[in-house]
Amino acid sequence: MTKSALLALLALSAASVPSFAQIDLSGSWFPYNESDALSNSPGPRPLPLDFLGIPFNKYGQERGLLYSPSYMSVPERICAGYPPHYLVVGPHGVKIWNEMEPLTGTTVAWHINGWEDRAPTTIWMDERPHPSENAPHPPGGFVTGKWEGDVLVAYTTHMEAGLVRRSGAFLSDQATMTARFFRHGDTLTVTARIDDPYYLTEPYYLTRLFKQDSVASIHAVPPPCVQGDEGVPEGAVPHYMPGNNQFIGELTRKYHIPEEAYMGGAETMYPEFRKKIKDKYTIPDKCPNDCGGPGKFGLRNQ
Amino acid sequence: MNPARIMRNKIVRSLFSKAGAAVLVSAGLAPLTMPPQAAAQNPGGRGGAPVTAKAAAPFDISGYWVSVITQNWRLRMVVPPKGDYMGIAMTPASKEIADAWDPAKDEAAGNQCKGYGAGTIMTNPERLHIIWPDDNNLQMEIDAGTQTRTFHFGNWKPEPGTKPSWQGESVALWQSRERDARRDPKARYLQVTTRNMLPGYLRKNGVPYSENSVLIEDYDFFQEPTGEQWMIVTTELRDPKYLDRPYILSAQFRKERDGSKWEPTPCSSRW
Repeated sequence: MTKSALLALLALSAASVPSFAQIDLSGSWFPYNESDALSNSPGPRPLPLDFLGIPFNKYGQERGLLYSPSYMSVPERICAGYPPHYLVVGPHGVKIWNEMEPLTGTTVAWHINGWEDRAPTTIWMDERPHPSENAPHPPGGFVTGKWEGDVLVAYTTHMEAGLVRRSGAFLSDQATMTARFFRHGDTLTVTARIDDPYYLTEPYYLTRLFKQDSVASIHAVPPPCVQGDEGVPEGAVPHYMPGNNQFIGELTRKYHIPEEAYMGGAETMYPEFRKKIKDKYTIPDKCPNDCGGPGKFGLRNQ
Repeated sequence: MNPARIMRNKIVRSLFSKAGAAVLVSAGLAPLTMPPQAAAQNPGGRGGAPVTAKAAAPFDISGYWVSVITQNWRLRMVVPPKGDYMGIAMTPASKEIADAWDPAKDEAAGNQCKGYGAGTIMTNPERLHIIWPDDNNLQMEIDAGTQTRTFHFGNWKPEPGTKPSWQGESVALWQSRERDARRDPKARYLQVTTRNMLPGYLRKNGVPYSENSVLIEDYDFFQEPTGEQWMIVTTELRDPKYLDRPYILSAQFRKERDGSKWEPTPCSSRW
């Protein structure tokens, strides 16, 4: 055995221990949004103030109650994007690829494409530290990754404040996200734990599913977001004053969901909460709107 | 040139030498450079006594688990209104049946458990109690609807002529994400395939799945730094009769310390 070959063996053995279980995540991944059809489906949005199953504290709820859907029509907001947790609450598919160090082939970063209203994500795998707490918060946040066995774990800090559900549910810019990427053959399960010291009483877990798309229909470069005038007067920021949101009670009127459910916070996530509303809920006679059905499954593919 | 770069160059050069390649092969490291792929492996040793499914478990799945409902809340925590089919790639035949949904008829026919079949039971609000009754069978009790599922490992085969049931017949294995499943026994997840189910509901408001459906489930596990344990279940129901494409859902479970909140309840068509 030559000296150089022995050197190669030793170096590769050492370098390969952590990479042993690394799984290839690269490719185009088509979204399967059934798990959160009410939020992730393209087109229909969840009803305003639908905070069902979100572990909000009172500040999170109060922030949400100020929300008007027209808020997103302010020119500065149209293309302002969503924070990185839009990965698990958006409607889009994802394209994932790795960036390699050219000599050793070591993956230094994983990239997830952006979408018209979501910034691309770079997951740094080179053990670099997260920036100072005073550093700017870019649209994609700052993300580092590591392998836990055969599962990629990505930790995001420095996020912008933004919607975690298109119902007016906001999280603060102090929120962090720990996302786990579980691959099962051609299925990718992404589970995110979101923490927010300002608006959540406990971690908020969300899971999103994808199937590998062999025709690579999902592009690395997202379609552009086109800013436009949607009729909001210059200088105005659409909102509701506390207690005046016209959508309060909308879930009750349309779906008979008691207010204590959509304003209930963390306890609404658990099965025993159903006992609290059992005597208050009656099944509505018919679906009021956005009901789906054959051929109405999705308005667009990605 | 800095020492790190010199070292890297030596490694790269030697990898391309015949001697380097021979070393890799003889050391069994060549597969490391191959792309990983999922590979099934039933528990079993190499020449010795077979390893049981329980012994091969990469994580402790036994205990009490509670579902954490943060998605599709309105469709899962209460019975949604008739005609609410959002998010289901249903066929016209499916819609015809769902449009005729009548919970009173289901009750009269003793079909209250249609919304508790294996097809979608994991997404119901519920608690699980999972035990190993023996070394190659995993039993999952579910308090909502008082159902029991059994996952059979090894070479278990269903008996011919077995009547369909709500929970069907499930074959399980510890699936590997890697080409060589023996390399890292911990790098596995539980995969369960279920057939022979009675026709049931994908959603409690009467959206059907047929008796020919096949359910494939993947169970992933992780532990938070606090020690809290989580299980994520990815379910894929294939039903060419009533679905235009597989119906894929996820369910999140957190492990509980004990069974103090365990509360079996009967099946219900209206709640």
